[in-house]
Amino acid sequence: MNLLRSVVEDQLRKDIPDFRPGDTVRVHVKVREGGRERIQVFEGVVIRRRGSGISETYTVRKVSYGVGVERTFPVHSPKVDKIEVVRRGKVRRAKLHYLRGLSGKAARIAEVRR
Amino acid sequence: MKGILGRKLGMTQVFTEDGDVVPVTVIEAGPCVVLQKRVLDKDGYEAIQLGFADKKASRATKPEVGHAAKAGTAPKRYIREIRGVNVEEYEVGQQLKADIFAPGDIVDVTGVSKGKGFAGPIKRHNQHRGPMAHGSKYHRGVGSLGSIAPNRTFKGQTMAGRMGGERVTVQNLEVVKVDPEKNVILIKGSVPGPRNSFVTIRSAVKQPAKK
Repeated sequence: MNLLRSVVEDQLRKDIPDFRPGDTVRVHVKVREGGRERIQVFEGVVIRRRGSGISETYTVRKVSYGVGVERTFPVHSPKVDKIEVVRRGKVRRAKLHYLRGLSGKAARIAEVRR
Repeated sequence: MKGILGRKLGMTQVFTEDGDVVPVTVIEAGPCVVLQKRVLDKDGYEAIQLGFADKKASRATKPEVGHAAKAGTAPKRYIREIRGVNVEEYEVGQQLKADIFAPGDIVDVTGVSKGKGFAGPIKRHNQHRGPMAHGSKYHRGVGSLGSIAPNRTFKGQTMAGRMGGERVTVQNLEVVKVDPEKNVILIKGSVPGPRNSFVTIRSAVKQPAKK
């Protein structure tokens, strides 16, 4: 098992900030269009993190023009330029799938006071 | 044709340069020792006999020890022949390492599949099941056993029985990465057998060596 992990060791990213479900993040995604590359920002609430090691992923949800949009990224994906944590949310669950059924004021998440 | 023996370590995933995720099987391949050469004059066919993974001295028989001693090595747990190789390129006692394969090579991988025990026809032969409700009493049983005219069931009729634990070859898998220092080959996709089982990697029969 150790050898299995050491094979992908060099692909793990060390620059990932600590973030949890409920936090609002800005994900800077590298987008290839034709020959050139640009950065697209996807901002929303992290509704889940799953997996471990190189296969860990997280899902970000936002409401765009009244339509809910969710994108799932691998935590260690080289396609993500950087992740910014905008806001720490106070939630009592690890998976926030219940947000899908809520809209407007009900879909807000309280901020953690520190 | 090239071939090497190894041990399946398990599966994981890697990112390509474009950032795409590729599922890979990690195989500890080699170092293997050429134990014997099969030649046309003596054996009637050409092949090299490879050995992988040392055997405990207490487990080895005298003939095994003697056979390995001819190649100047310890007795091996996993011994297989690779046919279709150019025998002149190999010497008895020579070591083969993972670097005989390169990323992009297309290979076939042979192993013994996971045993499934006594399995029904749905799992074993991909048959369909009957309705589970609406008064149906026919759920996961075997279907028709054929015509009634011959007054017997033909041989080879698909029924429930032992499944798995047999030799399986998966063809045309791509080598994603080779690490000669760790003796590790990453192969795209899955490979027969449980973790820590022995597998044989050969260059693909059906495709040219490179895409």
